[in-house]
Amino acid sequence: MLDWFWTIPAVPLVGFLILTLGPSLPRAMVSGIALGTSALAAGLAASLAVTLLHQGFHPVGHTQALWTWMDLAGFTPRIALYVDALSMTMVMIITGVGVLVQLYATEYMSDDSDYQRFFAYMSLFVGAMLVLVLADNFLLLFLGWEGVGLCSYLLIGFWYRDLLNGLAARKAFIVNRIGDTAMIVGLCLLFTELGTLEIQAVLRQAALQWTIGHPMAIAATALLLGAAVGKSAQIPLQVWLPDAMAGPTPVSALIHSATMVTAGVYLIARTHTLFALAPATQTAIVVIGTTTMLFAASSALVQRDIKRIFAYSTISQLGYMFMALGVGAAGTAIFHLFTHACFKALLFLVAGALMFSLHHEKDLLNMGGLRRDLPFVFWAAVIGAASLSGLPFITAGFFSKDQILLQAWRSPSGGLWLLTAGLLGSMLTALYSFRVVFLAFFGDKHSEVTRSPGWRMTVPMGVLAALSLGVGWLGWSARAEEPSWFLRLMDTAMPVHQPYLVTDAQAGTIALLASGAALLGTGLAYLMYMQRPAVLESVGETEAVQTIRRFLLRGWGFNWVYRWTIQKPFGYLARTAKVDILDQGYERLIMRPFLWIADINRDDALDRVYGGLTRLVEQSAVTAGRLQTGQVRWYSTVLVAGALGLAGFAVLS
Amino acid sequence: MSGPLVVHTMMLAGILFAFGLIGFLARRNVLFMLMSVEVMLNAAGLGFIAAGARWGQADGQIMFMFILTLAAAEVPVALALVLQVHRRIRTLDADAVTLMAG
Repeated sequence: MLDWFWTIPAVPLVGFLILTLGPSLPRAMVSGIALGTSALAAGLAASLAVTLLHQGFHPVGHTQALWTWMDLAGFTPRIALYVDALSMTMVMIITGVGVLVQLYATEYMSDDSDYQRFFAYMSLFVGAMLVLVLADNFLLLFLGWEGVGLCSYLLIGFWYRDLLNGLAARKAFIVNRIGDTAMIVGLCLLFTELGTLEIQAVLRQAALQWTIGHPMAIAATALLLGAAVGKSAQIPLQVWLPDAMAGPTPVSALIHSATMVTAGVYLIARTHTLFALAPATQTAIVVIGTTTMLFAASSALVQRDIKRIFAYSTISQLGYMFMALGVGAAGTAIFHLFTHACFKALLFLVAGALMFSLHHEKDLLNMGGLRRDLPFVFWAAVIGAASLSGLPFITAGFFSKDQILLQAWRSPSGGLWLLTAGLLGSMLTALYSFRVVFLAFFGDKHSEVTRSPGWRMTVPMGVLAALSLGVGWLGWSARAEEPSWFLRLMDTAMPVHQPYLVTDAQAGTIALLASGAALLGTGLAYLMYMQRPAVLESVGETEAVQTIRRFLLRGWGFNWVYRWTIQKPFGYLARTAKVDILDQGYERLIMRPFLWIADINRDDALDRVYGGLTRLVEQSAVTAGRLQTGQVRWYSTVLVAGALGLAGFAVLS
Repeated sequence: MSGPLVVHTMMLAGILFAFGLIGFLARRNVLFMLMSVEVMLNAAGLGFIAAGARWGQADGQIMFMFILTLAAAEVPVALALVLQVHRRIRTLDADAVTLMAG
């Protein structure tokens, strides 16, 4: 299997090629090709995972070079794939969630007229994302990085006939460009400094060449962080993700929650030894992650669009992952990425099922009382929300969040304030998650269920719900000193330099605090959205609370700030620069003299020759035309005269 | 046929031809111009007959038969043209018919 793992990204790409270049196919065939390639890729990934796990927990990675991409005077990037425990985990998430979401989409998108285009893009996305996580060098990783960005753009603007969708797609693309520019500058810096772009070689070389806190290390990691911030929608580049919800819901589930937006986390985890050399950047990651986590969680509290709630929730959970990355706990971040992929994909599928059943209704306040009409969706939503909130012991989210909080508290760069922020975020998470559950499934009915989701939608939700409950135990260890199974697996790919010990008591405290925060948030949600005491209702109506509500609804006004600091000044500059000094110079110095010369040279000698020729021909024609009088006697007279002349000539000579 | 008679006959043919030519050039009525053409044709025919008699050969008479045939063919065409001209332009004046002026 280790010689064959290049087929994992190749299979979805082949599916994409068939769906794009092939003729217009019937829906059943399109579904067959898309699902078949995804399932095949998932099967291959699973067999690769089994092969890797058989080798035990050794720090090994396997490289497979396919061919040399280009050869430019010492710069020879290869098309080569690299697999270790980290990329294996990512591959499992991508192919697993990918096949489930595509199965879901065969029903969700069944009415759409562009069925084939949708699955072509989805296949391309899965292929590009697999290239991203399996890339052996940064250039190939960048290719995948841009590939998933392109797919994100194409799928956000999938319903392109609506102008707003197109604008949202453009926004996502442009904001991502900022991060991508930082990335390519960072890659150039790495290449000039270290002389290679192969990831493992870069990591080894950097550890040899740079000391901790080396300015080059800080610059390079800061640029990579910029890329990760753009892709993973962290402050200040988070503005695109809520608008990206314009795309179809399966897209939001697969791309904008489970896989693509976690590419930034993957990038930092992959290069975490570089980041270990740059404490300043790590501090920046912690600050960005924590701020984003609190910002997004608070914004999610007041949204009415169910998909926007989950979009802010995704931003917030990515903030948790950044927190963990910032304190040097990359393995924990990846674990949260893993559990988050399960429960957030589930929640988006729940949102899609609600929209499917309620005729595209997205407004949470127009739902309500759906518990009895859609019991399956209700339980899926409860499981997803519980896992997202991290309700203790039964959900996957609890284990991963608990680990992050523990790391945030105990790691050298963490501390109590970080723990406090994490707990606050955890409470807010539970609050907004159960707000969705209570508002959508309890209370009074506001809209009628027109149709119920079929098995192709419920099966993926069921599988993801089971995973959202089950996978947490992979990250559980009976004794705090011993790392869990998942973390030991991650350590084979990302060795931690200085493991720091936590005692059972500390772990227990954190578990208690995390459970308390989650339960407190859930209880608050119950109080606010189920009990609705009169005191809270009246407080909610006051002007101050409404102002805060509006502020949060607009996502802390980031869009407003960008409009007035970037969009408007840029537009003004572009308008004023339309008639700039360069244009004027060209007009004065080149255009006008040329026109003047052309003007005076209109009647030159050559023109006269040709004009004369024309007039000569014209004149001859007029003269010759006069001979043709039309008088038959004149013609005959000339004839006789000619004949007499010829006869006379013959006689005389 | 003796020599002087041939000369006289040829002179007569020449005079007839000249009359015909002058008539053709001087007349303005299309009908008279056609008659002049007939005169010229017959003058040429007389010339052939005389020459054939002088050399004792039938060639001259054969040429005359050709000329007769030619004249017979020419007359209906010409008369049809005259009729058409008269019908369209209401005149037989050759000088008035200048539709082909360049």
